[in-house]
Amino acid sequence: MTVPAETIVAMPPERGRKRNWLQSESATGLGLISPTLIYALIFLVVPILLVIANSFWTQHYLVVDRTFTLENYRIAVTDPIYRDLLMRSLWISLLVSFFTVVLAYPIAFFISFHGGRHKGLWLFLITIPFWTSYLLRVMSWKVILGYNGVLNATLMGLGITDQPSDAFLYNTSAVVITLTHAWATFAVLPIFVSLEKIDRTLIEAATDLGDGPVRRFLRITLPLSAPGIISAVLIVMIPTVGDFVTPKLVGGKDGVMIANAIQAQFGKAANWPLGAALSVTTMAVVTAIAAAVVLTIRTAARRIR
Amino acid sequence: MTALRKMLPSWLTAYAVLYIGFLYLPVIFLPIFSINTAATPKFPLSGYTLKWYRDLATTPALTDAAWNSLMVAVSASLLATMFGICAARAITRYRFPARRSINGLLMAPLVLPEIIIAVSMLLVMLQLGLNLSLITVVFGHVLICIPYSLSVLTSGFEGFDRSLEEASADLGESPFGTFRRVTLPMVAPAIISSLLVSFTISLDEFIMAFFLTGTDATLPVYIWGQLRFAAKLPGVLALGTLLLIASVILLTIAEIVRRRASRRTQNMGGLIA
Repeated sequence: MTVPAETIVAMPPERGRKRNWLQSESATGLGLISPTLIYALIFLVVPILLVIANSFWTQHYLVVDRTFTLENYRIAVTDPIYRDLLMRSLWISLLVSFFTVVLAYPIAFFISFHGGRHKGLWLFLITIPFWTSYLLRVMSWKVILGYNGVLNATLMGLGITDQPSDAFLYNTSAVVITLTHAWATFAVLPIFVSLEKIDRTLIEAATDLGDGPVRRFLRITLPLSAPGIISAVLIVMIPTVGDFVTPKLVGGKDGVMIANAIQAQFGKAANWPLGAALSVTTMAVVTAIAAAVVLTIRTAARRIR
Repeated sequence: MTALRKMLPSWLTAYAVLYIGFLYLPVIFLPIFSINTAATPKFPLSGYTLKWYRDLATTPALTDAAWNSLMVAVSASLLATMFGICAARAITRYRFPARRSINGLLMAPLVLPEIIIAVSMLLVMLQLGLNLSLITVVFGHVLICIPYSLSVLTSGFEGFDRSLEEASADLGESPFGTFRRVTLPMVAPAIISSLLVSFTISLDEFIMAFFLTGTDATLPVYIWGQLRFAAKLPGVLALGTLLLIASVILLTIAEIVRRRASRRTQNMGGLIA
């Protein structure tokens, strides 16, 4: 696959004697990208199509019955267990994206407008924790929030409480805190990039025309950074719905999410078609909600202006 | 007005420091509790020990997992970078139909829930009759490393001045010679960054490995298995600390290489101008 690609690199199109389509820029570009594209088709597009196909089938123990049925979707949508899990997962992912974006915005603003020479260093500092093993970060939150944990020790040390509390771990808020931490970097970077792109003369113009810092921020900086906020929301919200490590480790009974159910269907419960239907439903619903959020942000940004 | 302008950055600086604190909070406790004598991680610390680290070296399951992880990460980073080079070069250098949609498709694993990518790959592997092994894990890791590799390489290739290649050709260098002596040295830093970043991702990746591995565990899968046993926690924390140190070193190298390269290209740009 790579051999033809390399030959193409070595021979720029200008050298071709015959100017047919095969030597055109389009063909060269497509030829060069084809190994990667084919890989993505085989291991991403085909698998997802197969999941969609599976979701219309039924499984009897080890035999898959390939007659078309909507039964899996009926279960996925009407069964109260899955409906509640899906609702809770969506709610958690909405909360997580809200908190990550709200917490990340000031820091992205700070780095972009006041970072000076150290912009690169700040960004590097922010990305480092993200690279540590995700599993271990979740684990650390368990250590912090637990009954014998760091938070309880600190609160008692400061004399705020006189006995450890078990209210911090094994619930929805533990899941939200852990995920908000886990996705922080993914929100800072896109917002930073969109702030960097803002033409600073616009802000000067607003100052010259008598806008104060708050008005200037609300009418220029915030609306112009909307694309960054939108990509931050998308990049945080959609993957968060599919997380099963965090709910399993810190979520307890109230923090179980839809991904735990999907994992169970592909694991112990071994009902692939149902697992597939749950996956497709989750994807469809979260995409719809993300689209709605994006639309809201866009309209809001336009209205302010 | 001026007071407010002076106030704002200092508030923001304070916030920035707090935010960094929040980001590093969980990370800091790994090394602290990994050298604590007590088996349960809690304050006050009971004493200093390196026992948990010594135990690591003598656990065969762990050394096997470490070896597996290393093999997977090396293969995945090489393959992902190779695919990334083809794609990034095509995207930055040529115009062709569907360029943006193809780029979007290659970046898609970044915004898809990992569990959905993992289960769909699992279905394909099983339907193709492939046995789950470390090889299937590599396939999965390559897919999720491609978006990172592609963005590192695209930004590296974008700063690349095409006229240098043309100059080299005009001065009589063969196409292969131009590639080896002009193109390659200029894109090498981006390639090294891509390798290091992909390696780090693969080393820490859990969800794909969990679904796609057979009987061989990678380090994160091994850690997941250990988390059920409270008594094993200090060992896990020690292992986590080592992984953390490895990741930080690799990423610092990647960052230094990238920066040095960008400074050099800037200087060259200045000379030419």
